[in-house]
Parts: sequence; structure tokens; C-alpha cells
Amino acid sequence: MDPCDGAESEPQQCPSLDLKGGCPGATPLQRRLESVRRQSAPCVPPTPRRRIPQCSQLQEYSRLLNAFFTTEKQKGLAVEVGEDLSITVTFSTLLGVRGTQRDPDALLVQVLSKSALPSAGRAGKVLWTGWLCCVCGDSLLRAVSQDFTCLPLLLANGAESNTAIIGTWFQKTFDCYVSPLAISAFNLSWMAAMWTACKTDSCVATTELLWSVPCSPQSLDISYAIHSEDARALWDSVHKTPGEVTQEEVDLFMHCLESHFYRHFRIHLSATKLVRVSTSVASAHTDGKIKVSVNRPYILPRCRTVTVYTPHCRAVTVYTPRAAGL
Amino acid sequence: MSVLRPLDKLPGLNTATVLLVGTDDAVLQQLADSMLQKNCTSELRVHLAMSLPLPSSLSRPRIDLVVFVINLHSKYSLQNVEKSLCHVDASYFLGKVCFLATGAGRESHCSVHQNTVARLAHTYRSPLLLCDLEVEDFRATMAQRLVRMLQICAGHVPGVSAMSLLSLLRSSESPFLEDL
Repeated sequence: MDPCDGAESEPQQCPSLDLKGGCPGATPLQRRLESVRRQSAPCVPPTPRRRIPQCSQLQEYSRLLNAFFTTEKQKGLAVEVGEDLSITVTFSTLLGVRGTQRDPDALLVQVLSKSALPSAGRAGKVLWTGWLCCVCGDSLLRAVSQDFTCLPLLLANGAESNTAIIGTWFQKTFDCYVSPLAISAFNLSWMAAMWTACKTDSCVATTELLWSVPCSPQSLDISYAIHSEDARALWDSVHKTPGEVTQEEVDLFMHCLESHFYRHFRIHLSATKLVRVSTSVASAHTDGKIKVSVNRPYILPRCRTVTVYTPHCRAVTVYTPRAAGL
Repeated sequence: MSVLRPLDKLPGLNTATVLLVGTDDAVLQQLADSMLQKNCTSELRVHLAMSLPLPSSLSRPRIDLVVFVINLHSKYSLQNVEKSLCHVDASYFLGKVCFLATGAGRESHCSVHQNTVARLAHTYRSPLLLCDLEVEDFRATMAQRLVRMLQICAGHVPGVSAMSLLSLLRSSESPFLEDL
């Protein structure tokens, strides 16, 4: 995703660093995946890789996943006459979702339901969307061989059952492991600071932080809501280095909020666990669910599949596919 | 304000005392129990404290080793340790202090980055030990290590002093710390 206005982020520690060390013997599938590298935009000098039209590989994956998906969906169900479970799965490359030139192109996987009626048009309803991407993955790409395409992050939007089916297919086909990405409290505090720094046109939402206190018999949840303007003012007073966000600034920002809370309630929020951060730009939960408000049309530039931008929140769940055995 | 000094009291005969400083009382207690269970030729004494300064007490023996326990899940424990460090005399940092960071195993619960603690240990020129104190086996191993360190700091191991142990540990530090 593009960095927010005026605030470049330090590369965050990616928890999916387990995808290291490599593939001693590339399987035929991995070699085929290697050729799924589309040429970059024409203004960039062509990379010295062989030009193979990757449409055929992606179509093959679409066909395989389509068959797997249909089989899984129809397992145990009696196929009714007349009901047409016509689902298509499409693979395509997603331009623009990358951090550096070294990052491979992102992949977009979509599950569309084809309507039986021809009048409804060829493009059916999108049931599930997933992006496989690698953003600023230099530390990972250093450890893998040149002909290996490494896409460690899977962003899924749709029903959990579909995510599970597609995750299983990826695990079987590419020998990886797909698991939910737990976002640590450390990373959530960074997100709180960076998203507060973003300029938004609409400041209707308040900035809300949720802490979880593990105490018996049941855990206590503390919700701390601040008006976005106040949060932004606090960040502006803390932020000294233009163009970058430092650890000290993030710590100071969180410390100010926590000490203000302590002054009123005598509870040390720093001893508890931050589980959710919700700002007007986006919100993230520690179990990997991220919501991005899509009313900013430049959050997903050059993304071919999204054509209509509506002011609503789209929830995505973040997964990490990791190489098996690591 | 009383400052902890290493040489302001006379040593006890064959006695080695360690002070564990940390906010999580239950974890410190378990670590203390593990340490006391270890076979050791010296007589071990373990003192626990939430923070420094300690209340002045004449009956407290000389502290040979101070271990600051930082829970990576809680920023509060890091802040607590940082405040307590002011009450320790500088001569303790010649090998008689070490930092113990716990909770690195569950990365999703971490509020404090490992680099922060590594930088703190580097600033105070003291070793940093990483251990998941909630796992019993790791705790037992760490207790064994601490008992050995304590014996050296109390001077019960002939030929090895706290300073020489510190220089040995420092030479095996990862090179990235030199860039901090």
C-alpha cells in the first residue's frame, strides 16, 4: 500500500520471516512460478529475465484452483438439478502493490460467481478476493534464490470458508503454510502513530485504541477514544523529523496517551496489551483483521480490478503463507 | 535516596546473594525457586524487589549480582527497570548486573522490541539474556546459568572474576550491536 502523506515509514519487522533459506531443489511448480513475472511498466528498463507470457501459467493455476474449489464446495452436497454452482476463479497480476523494485509483482485471486442468466452480464459477483504480495521484502528476498518468487503476504477478503479452501490449495500446490498473521502490540502502536499522521478529508471517526487486561475471572477491555483532531494535534507536537517516523516519536506518542489515562484512572496501560487500533484511515486488530476506509481513491492506484470507489469500509484478513518446515 | 553499592557491606562466609528486580512477582518467585533448587557449593540467597530503591535495612546482606527482569509483553516493566537503574551504583556495572528479557517467544504479544532492550543492555555495558521464563525447562536452564554467574560475582570461583566474565560475554556479542 502507498505510504501516507508526509510520513514515510521505517520498514516494520515482518513476522513472517520464517520463509527463509530456501529451496534446495526447485520443484517444477516453483520453476513455473518463476516465470510468472510480468514485465514492469514500459518506462522501466526491462529486467534481464526471459520474457515468457505469464498468462498461460496464471490460466493454468486458475483452472486448477477452479477445479479444486468446485470439488471442495460440492463435497458432501447433493447437486441439485437446476442449481448451477458456476464459480470461476481468476488469477491475475496486480500492478502497483510493491514497495521496492526488487519486490515481485503481486497476484490477485478472485472467486466470481457466474450468474446463470445471460442478461446479468459476464462479470459475476465477487465472492472472495485475495492478494498475494511482497512489499519491502528485502530481508526475505536476500535469503531466497533469484528464480524463486516470494510472496509472503496474503490479504483475504471474503468468507472464512473460502479462505480456508484456497489456503489449502496453496499449501498443497506450492508447499507452503498459510496461517493468520498476528499483529503484535508493538506494530499496532506504530500503526496508530502512522495512521494518525495521515491527512484525511473526513474526520468523522474518532481514534480508538483497545487494550486488553488479562485478569481473572475474565479479562477486562479498556477502550480509549480520542477525537481525531486531538490525536493529530498530539502527533504534530511529537513529530519532529520531517519525512520519517522514528521509534522515539512513536514511543512518545503512546506514552502521552498512556500517561494521560494514568492521571485520570490510575491504570498503567503500558502493562496491558494493545489489541486494536482504529483511526479514520484504517483499523487493525491483533488477530490480523485490517479494515481500510476506501473513500480515498488513491489508496489502490493502478489496480485493475477495482473500478468503483465507494465510501465504505472493506474488511480484510491478513495471512502469511510460510514455507513448510520452517 | 539510597543507592545500591557493591562493596558497602562485608561479605558473608560462603554466601552469595542475588537481587531480582522486576514487576512480575509470580515469575520472579518461580525463577527464585528454580535457582534455590540448584545444587551449589555456596549458600544461595535470593532477594526479590519490584523496583529500586530498596528500603534501607541493616540485615540485608551484600548483593553480589543484580538481575533486571524485563517482560517484553509489557512496556511498564521496561519503564520500571529504567527508573530503577538510577539507584544502582556505577561500579555494579562492572559485571555484577545483567538484564533478563522474557516473553520473546510469543512475538504477537510483544509491546517492546528486542532491539530496545538490546540497546539498553549495550548502554549499560551489561549482558542481556533472553529466556521465556514461563516455560519450565527454559527457566531451569536460565536458573542454572544465573547460579553460575552469581558464584563468579561473589568470588567463589577461583580464577574467574566478574570483570573477566563480562569481557568474555562481551566478545561473543552479535556484531550488529556495535552499530547501535
